Amino acid sequence: MPELISLSLSLSLSLSLSIHSMLVDGGTTSDWQGRWDHVKKFLERAGPFTHPDFEPNTESLQFLLDTCKILVVGAGGLGCELLKDLALSGFRHIHVVDMDTIDVSNLNRQFLFRPQDVGRPKAEVAADFINRRVPGCRTCSLFASGDRLIFFFSLNTEFHIIVCGLDSVIARRWINGMLLSLLVYEDGVLNTSSIIPLIDGGTEGFKGNARVILPGMTACIDCTLELYPPQINFPMCTIASMPRLPEHCIEYVRILQWPKDKPFGDGVGLDGDDPKHIQWVFQRSLERAAQFNITGVTYRLTQGVVKRIIPAVASTNAVIAVLYICADSAYGTLNNYLVFNDVDGLYTYTFEAEKKENCSACSQVPQDMHFSPSATLQEVLNYLTDSTSLQMKSPDITTTLDGRNKTLYLQTIASIEERTRPNLGRTLKELGLVDGQELAVADVTTPQTVLFKLSFTS
Amino acid sequence: IMADQKTNKEQRYDRQLRLWGDHGQEALENAHTCLLNATATGTEILKNLILPGIGAFTIVDGHRVTGEDVGNNFFLSSDSIGKNRAQAATEFLQELNSDVSGNFVEESPDKLLDNDPEFFHRFSLVIGVQLPESTCLRLGSVLWSAGVPFLVCRTYGLVGYMRLVVKEHTVVESHPDNALEDLRLDQPFTELKNHISTYDLDSMEKKHDLQVPKNYKEKEAFRQLIREGIRKNESGAPEEEENFDEAIKNVNTALNPTKISSAVDDIFNSEQCENITSQTAAFWLMARGVRDFVQNEGNGSLPVRGTIPDMIADSDKFISLQNVYREKALQDAAVVAKHIQSHLQAVGKVTYPFNAGGLPVSPLCKNAAFLRVVRCRSLAEEYSVDSFHKDTITSCMDSPDSEMVLYLMLRAVDRFYQQHSRYPGVYNYQVEEDISTLKLCVNSLLQEYSLNVNVKDDYVHEFCRYGAAEPHTVASFLGGAAAQEAIKLITHQFVPFNNTFIYNAMAQTSTTFQL
Repeated sequence: MPELISLSLSLSLSLSLSIHSMLVDGGTTSDWQGRWDHVKKFLERAGPFTHPDFEPNTESLQFLLDTCKILVVGAGGLGCELLKDLALSGFRHIHVVDMDTIDVSNLNRQFLFRPQDVGRPKAEVAADFINRRVPGCRTCSLFASGDRLIFFFSLNTEFHIIVCGLDSVIARRWINGMLLSLLVYEDGVLNTSSIIPLIDGGTEGFKGNARVILPGMTACIDCTLELYPPQINFPMCTIASMPRLPEHCIEYVRILQWPKDKPFGDGVGLDGDDPKHIQWVFQRSLERAAQFNITGVTYRLTQGVVKRIIPAVASTNAVIAVLYICADSAYGTLNNYLVFNDVDGLYTYTFEAEKKENCSACSQVPQDMHFSPSATLQEVLNYLTDSTSLQMKSPDITTTLDGRNKTLYLQTIASIEERTRPNLGRTLKELGLVDGQELAVADVTTPQTVLFKLSFTS
Repeated sequence: IMADQKTNKEQRYDRQLRLWGDHGQEALENAHTCLLNATATGTEILKNLILPGIGAFTIVDGHRVTGEDVGNNFFLSSDSIGKNRAQAATEFLQELNSDVSGNFVEESPDKLLDNDPEFFHRFSLVIGVQLPESTCLRLGSVLWSAGVPFLVCRTYGLVGYMRLVVKEHTVVESHPDNALEDLRLDQPFTELKNHISTYDLDSMEKKHDLQVPKNYKEKEAFRQLIREGIRKNESGAPEEEENFDEAIKNVNTALNPTKISSAVDDIFNSEQCENITSQTAAFWLMARGVRDFVQNEGNGSLPVRGTIPDMIADSDKFISLQNVYREKALQDAAVVAKHIQSHLQAVGKVTYPFNAGGLPVSPLCKNAAFLRVVRCRSLAEEYSVDSFHKDTITSCMDSPDSEMVLYLMLRAVDRFYQQHSRYPGVYNYQVEEDISTLKLCVNSLLQEYSLNVNVKDDYVHEFCRYGAAEPHTVASFLGGAAAQEAIKLITHQFVPFNNTFIYNAMAQTSTTFQL
């Protein structure tokens, strides 16, 4: 689809053409002779391989410097690399968002942070560093999550592009959903100027990937949810009575023994960042392992299991961040998913992830659900959490009965959870649901409610 | 304070220690790398070595910093303009990690090669960035004779290029992605047979002459046999038994024949493995020990690896099964150690070598199936008309847009530089006129090597357009890729590429060639 490729280009170009050369104060006074020479060769010179819509001109640099607005979500391993790459490529209006503070274990790769920054918000420290090191760059930071982040998004929707360096699938799905909710449809046809391109990806050890998402047009995060396999959780019977690996012993202490022993007081949860907590888990895990003649429990393993640590190095993040930046350039748009692996030599591979026709996030049609009328609401709940294409966390289910809104089950508010819990054991027929009933499901994995259409099987 | 420092390092480097272990980290902290030219590509590579804690780095650079340099380099500032580039970059890079020792030499690589080529012998690895062809070849020759690994990197417009030059690089811990388990079900060792006979599997052995199912039909019959073993409940229906389900699912992979890969066979057949002398490196001594085992006590098989995957079973049964494999592995490792010892004695050495990639015997045996050796050709061989890889180049160029054309263009711009002391298209007014000159360089290159391939004019045009620019993004990509290869070379873990890597930032593709 040629329109696909030229889309984000035309978004950028239409904005640059509508702006007559603006010389912003601060924009040129921090420049020095030759500063942008490397960049200009690509913006101001014609070449045989650039996209036909690309016209080299001396105003493109000005557009980059003065107008293009980019949001970087996450100021960690990928975030630091992205900020550096964007700033040195001429982008100045950058917003960076991160809800975390700096930890010592970040320092091996998150190079905008120093030992004395430990404990401070990542987004703020990152923005400060970049703005100091790259004169003229105006990175704004936001140390936020949840409601503050939603509020931020409601005020700031004129980003030309959003790049994500996140470490959780839930967060990715949330941003994905956010961008889908901004889409404007006129008579069922998507208004392409409401699209904000999203570049996403991730790294793990020596592997990484980068992908381009044009919400509403190409595969979204939820279309390809099977690419994010659910986390390994060992079966309870293994943990409780048949441990075989050191990991089983650690999980026993974390899940069963900690809540029982309450080693640091009532209501004190296990904090993976507290060395005293990890030390306690480590000792108890050794004891558990000894009972079953299991070897291999170490402090490092304990911490890795409790915190679900993913190994990481600077080099992989450096590579993937560049793939983000190059994913949408004058040479065209990556179509649309690239994987990288440098365990054995170096390997890259690109394929086109397909948009799912019935994607629960982007397809705009109610999802089909098939259950017998004698199935219980609990079975429906299990389907929502266990299905690999949905992977919901704690869904709230509501519907319309007799013209009124009825909450079938809601987990997120304790009093309502208690009141609606009995519904889980009731059959769909008992609850008054009929064939073709529409259920609205809300969950942390999506900012918008997902509509399901219930079809009864015999 | 020492203990504090140690825990702090453990915390700081935690995420990478989970990849290459404490011994890998130690190798990294004992390494000293040399960078030639502190351009953006060079400083990005060093950044990714300094952050994980390389022992020391030395930058050799005779250039003075220009405004253009500061524009694409995160490790220079406008205050650096006019200063020596090695010195300016070292200050910024040093600030990244106080564990690392940074040095600089204000000298051009060519002058050093003239006056003191042995300067380079002290390094674990030399990284040459944006070097003109003549300097590259001279340095390549010095380092080849000295046995110092050389990594050539360049960013040229939207093309990234890396060339690894190392005579022989051995790897015990290659950490393969999808290793098959070493269960020996097709040729169970005595202790395993004895252990299994404590379970009731007599019926299986009798039906198939002790042969493991080989093809799909046999494997299906085997699965059926397993199904028949499932307990039935009162109404005759099979119970839900997770362990049987697991068995059926794993028939394909668990029954793979135990055999030695060709890579390991090649190692056993190498000259260095055959002829053990007092100069033999640790790796070859160890490989020979394993080979001796294979040819004697192992009856054609490697020492038992000793690890088994988790399986659905109760703790006691699993642990006792695991111990059967573990104990056999320890036994085999002891035999391998004895073989190594006897070779050492035969050549008059007393102690067992532990450095330069040498490891204690048990990691050797655990990794015996995954030993790897990488041998790269020298630059001289790549460039010589008599020994260059004509077939590789010609067959790649059957697709005229293959990354090979980018390699040929890099060779052509080098030729241009040799003749005109500059690269094509650096200034806007040069772009048009340099196209025809560059094309002449391409043709003379192809002629000299009798290469009957077609280099499209578009690429000549594109390379003039680049004007030898070094965009930060491509420099940063190479920064990550090259640093990781450097870490592989220093730690002797994971497998380096062999020997030419090209990144095409226009199309977001990459390829590796052996040239």
